Amino acid sequence: MCPPHPLHHTRNSKRGLDVLSYHFDWSIILSGKYFDWLVSGVKVTLQLSAAGIVLSFLLGLIVAIMRMSAFKPFRWLACIFLEFTRNTPLLVQIFFWYFGSYKLLPEAVNDWLLTQNFEFAAGLIALTIYTSAFIAEDIRSGVLSIPKEQMEAARSAGFSYLRSMQYIILPQAIRITVPPLVNQFLNLAKNSSLTMTIGVMELTYQARQVESYTFKGFEAFTAATLVYLALSFIITFLMHQYNERILKIHMAA
Amino acid sequence: MINFIGVHKWFKKLHVLNDINLHVTQGEVLVVCGPSGSGKSTLIRTINQLEPIDDGRLVVDGMDLSDKKTDINKLRAEVGFVFQQFNLYPHLSVLKNITLAPIKIRRTSKKEAEEQAMTLLERVGLTDKRDAFPSQLSGGQQQRVAIARALAMNPRIMLFDEPTSALDPEMIGEVLSVMQDLAKSGMTMVVVTHEMGFAREVAHRVVFMDAGTVLEEAAPEVFFKNPQHDRARQFLKQLLSPMH
Ligand SMILES: Nc1ncnc2c1ncn2[C@@H]1O[C@H](COP(=O)(O)OP(=O)(O)OP(=O)(O)O)[C@@H](O)[C@H]1O
Ligand SMILES: [Mg+2]
Repeated sequence: MCPPHPLHHTRNSKRGLDVLSYHFDWSIILSGKYFDWLVSGVKVTLQLSAAGIVLSFLLGLIVAIMRMSAFKPFRWLACIFLEFTRNTPLLVQIFFWYFGSYKLLPEAVNDWLLTQNFEFAAGLIALTIYTSAFIAEDIRSGVLSIPKEQMEAARSAGFSYLRSMQYIILPQAIRITVPPLVNQFLNLAKNSSLTMTIGVMELTYQARQVESYTFKGFEAFTAATLVYLALSFIITFLMHQYNERILKIHMAA
Repeated sequence: MINFIGVHKWFKKLHVLNDINLHVTQGEVLVVCGPSGSGKSTLIRTINQLEPIDDGRLVVDGMDLSDKKTDINKLRAEVGFVFQQFNLYPHLSVLKNITLAPIKIRRTSKKEAEEQAMTLLERVGLTDKRDAFPSQLSGGQQQRVAIARALAMNPRIMLFDEPTSALDPEMIGEVLSVMQDLAKSGMTMVVVTHEMGFAREVAHRVVFMDAGTVLEEAAPEVFFKNPQHDRARQFLKQLLSPMH
């Protein structure tokens, strides 16, 4: 699975310290086949990140609400979910969904899955579930920081518990939760690279491919690094914009 | 309109409401006073079941609160509650604070709800603040918005828990005068307050609470002139002393 490190190449070859005279060649990855590989990797990484952010936020919201529910079985379910997902390595979870999950499914479903992009689905599920646990806890602490009088005011007006959450508590809690949420979204985007281990052809996977075909590892991973950096900046920037907007609109002093 | 029959409530071992029997008729303004910790807030909060009762019967606007089948959200929609700390929704504008419940609960159209909100804002003298946020308002203004927000549901009963206690003295008047107008319009009101001027002028009846019981219940002119119990006399004396 793992090709030998390039240092081994140079050591083993008669050319000895060739590594020092490494010949930089950016053109090879900036056009043609290898460029296309990297671009397709970027696309998959973006898809994974975007879908993961949306889904993990929604799932995190649901888990947070269940965790705070007055209904005990919901609380227990949420707690079990949180303990399992936060206390096991993401890589193991990725393998679990990739190698383990289909054993639980009926064969017909599996046959169908194989015609689909199963790696992508398994990777996305693992990333979503893993990240949602952290998001749920962030949202919960945001909710806990809203004075209980807000819930009382909402309930007094005649809103049910869930409606009070929806219209009054969560909008305020999410606002407080934006900075930790940015962190979780960044983590998700970066963690998406781990899905290469189950063959999701995302950016890191493609950079690796380019490296093993061209031995231009430095160029390929520099490019990958820059793309991840850019992605992180974009996420941070968008969340910052969102934050500024709501601060301007809602908390004007 | 509101009927307490032998109501009890405990917080753990603390007997906060001890055999409360009270009857508030439609259009009546009842003022509740008493020393700190005597159970005034707990009493008023049982009326919209922010605090459930442990024993006895409590019937509000024909709905029996001791009956599990009573739709508590429906009851609360009919009962406006004004808090000491206003508790406006900080993330919503004044207008949205007022229109949220009518739109979401009563299914009033947005346009209609906003028109009604403007009428209410006019009534509390704050039409120019419709787009402001709670943090931009003074305490007195926030409390008047809170009253408008409660009124927007066209409640049958209004409850006030020390609505002026958190206000600077110069803002108390503006809130009391809104409440006075409301009383004149025939609203059924239960008001926990230490504003004895308000009680004298507006209340039909004053209830004095001590240690979880209703110790005295009388018309304001009777209560203020001639309180029956030492505790009440002490309380009034303290209230009227300049040191208070
Ligand atoms: N949620 C609660 N849990 C336990 N004890 C409580 C709770 N709320 C109130 N109490 C206690 O019940 C008693 C009555 O409280 P309550 O708030 O009804 O008094 P109050 O007459 O409104 O006093 P104040 O004038 O200070 O507002 C007090 O001793 C208080 O400490
Ligand atoms: Mg009180």
